[in-house]
Amino acid sequence: MKKTIITVVGKDTVGIIAKVCTYLANNRINILDISQTIVQGYFNMMMIVDMNDSSKPFGDIADELDQIGDEIGVVIRCQREDIFNSMHRV
Amino acid sequence: MINIFEVKETNEMIEKENLDVRTITLGISLLDCITDDLEKLKSNIFNRITGKAKDLVSVGREIEREYGIPIVNKRISVTPIALVGASACKSPEDYASIAQTLDEAAKEVGVNFIGGYSALVSKGMTKGEENLIKSIPMALSQTSLVCSSVNLGSTRTGINMDAVRLMGQIIKETAEATKDADSLGCAKLVVFCNAPDDNPFMAGAFHGVTEADAIINVGVSGPGVVNTVLKKVRGESFEVLCETIKKTAFKVTRVGQLVAGEASRRLGVPFGIVDLSLAPTPAVGDSVADILCEIGLEHAGAPGTTAALALLNDQVKKGGVMASSYVGGLSGAFIPVSEDQGMIDAVEVGSLTLEKLEAMTCVCSVGLDMIAIPGDTKASTISGIIADEMAIGMVNQKTTAVRVIPVIGKGVGEKVEFGGLLGHAPIMPVNQYSCDAFINRKGRIPAPIHSFKN
Repeated sequence: MKKTIITVVGKDTVGIIAKVCTYLANNRINILDISQTIVQGYFNMMMIVDMNDSSKPFGDIADELDQIGDEIGVVIRCQREDIFNSMHRV
Repeated sequence: MINIFEVKETNEMIEKENLDVRTITLGISLLDCITDDLEKLKSNIFNRITGKAKDLVSVGREIEREYGIPIVNKRISVTPIALVGASACKSPEDYASIAQTLDEAAKEVGVNFIGGYSALVSKGMTKGEENLIKSIPMALSQTSLVCSSVNLGSTRTGINMDAVRLMGQIIKETAEATKDADSLGCAKLVVFCNAPDDNPFMAGAFHGVTEADAIINVGVSGPGVVNTVLKKVRGESFEVLCETIKKTAFKVTRVGQLVAGEASRRLGVPFGIVDLSLAPTPAVGDSVADILCEIGLEHAGAPGTTAALALLNDQVKKGGVMASSYVGGLSGAFIPVSEDQGMIDAVEVGSLTLEKLEAMTCVCSVGLDMIAIPGDTKASTISGIIADEMAIGMVNQKTTAVRVIPVIGKGVGEKVEFGGLLGHAPIMPVNQYSCDAFINRKGRIPAPIHSFKN
């Protein structure tokens, strides 16, 4: 299973997680893990998700999440997990 | 499982510290295009390049999107054109027309540069190679994406001083032919000693004859990343300093290895090498000179610079080697002047001179790179600078290179703007004493004694 990492960074506000999770549910993207922290007043969230059941191509999902981020004033990035594994695991 | 802090570290490297994959370079062999009919040869070359590289740019973009890592350049390198055109080209003009074909093919597939307008003449020149070299000013003034390189020497063969003398003139002629653009042609022309067959970086990339049909080589970069982590170990011992650089180089190179593997898989082209490089850009914070300052120098060029650079270069290789299955190319810290804001600053305050840069090239990845010199510098003086640099490469069994730009119409103290990744540079003074009698000797410098290893 190829996993994807979604990160959300920005000013904390009501409904960030709800908005992102609704989008993921609507697109049949399964959340495997969520962690969240506030660093220097900024909301930082990371989700590990499984996109295998989603019918949309990766690029479209990344673009749409980007758009949702713009709407609620946060930066949402969607990246394949391999880049983090490569860098942080020998 | 990956945790939030690791994800944050990687993304901060990309967003704030300019971590990127500097280039994916697709090497393409043109040996099977060879024919003695020039028009047929050009059409073979065009078809071969546009066929092999048609998906290079789109695959590069796909990888960027999926991994969130910028891939700054997508490039092509080809078999040295001096060989490919040898039977069809009877004159420098014939060769220059192939350069135009390369330019058209590069534009068709949307790459940033195409390298391989090259000749390898470390021991002697064939008529074809001489014609190609003589066509360089014409070729570089008539094209925009073509890069040219000439290998003038090696540890095994010595230095071809006839070619060194000729290249001094060719660099001047190229400057003259592109004087309306601040002699930009010379930024796309480099001479080498011990040129590698698998270098992904321009202007010196070509697809060596030792290589397969097609190959993917990747160059990584991250001076900003190294600089940022070094801020956290200020005042610590050399052991801590070196370990920190090594670990960071490992992380940066792993990204290159991942991208290289993906590009290779998606394009159906074998993976060649990752070039373990610290390649600066003119962007603030993306500077090798800044790393030298962070190591403890007031400015690049201060006493201690060569030692600091030697240390940096070695740790980058040590960290990178374990991160990649195949390492090659130029590998190490690049020290171009115009492409590195810290280097430019060091020249402007008078800390960094041409002579100090030459000393630094003994321990860095390549050589005298992107250095603007006065437009009235004599061809023989440029040949002298080249000969010095070739000697350093030959004796130290390393790749060295010279990419100097005699900016026609400008003198010391003036500035030149190349734009984009090529940056801008103050024009540096050159030693005014003559080396004419040395350069005018015919023949070649023999290979050094330690080259006889059989």
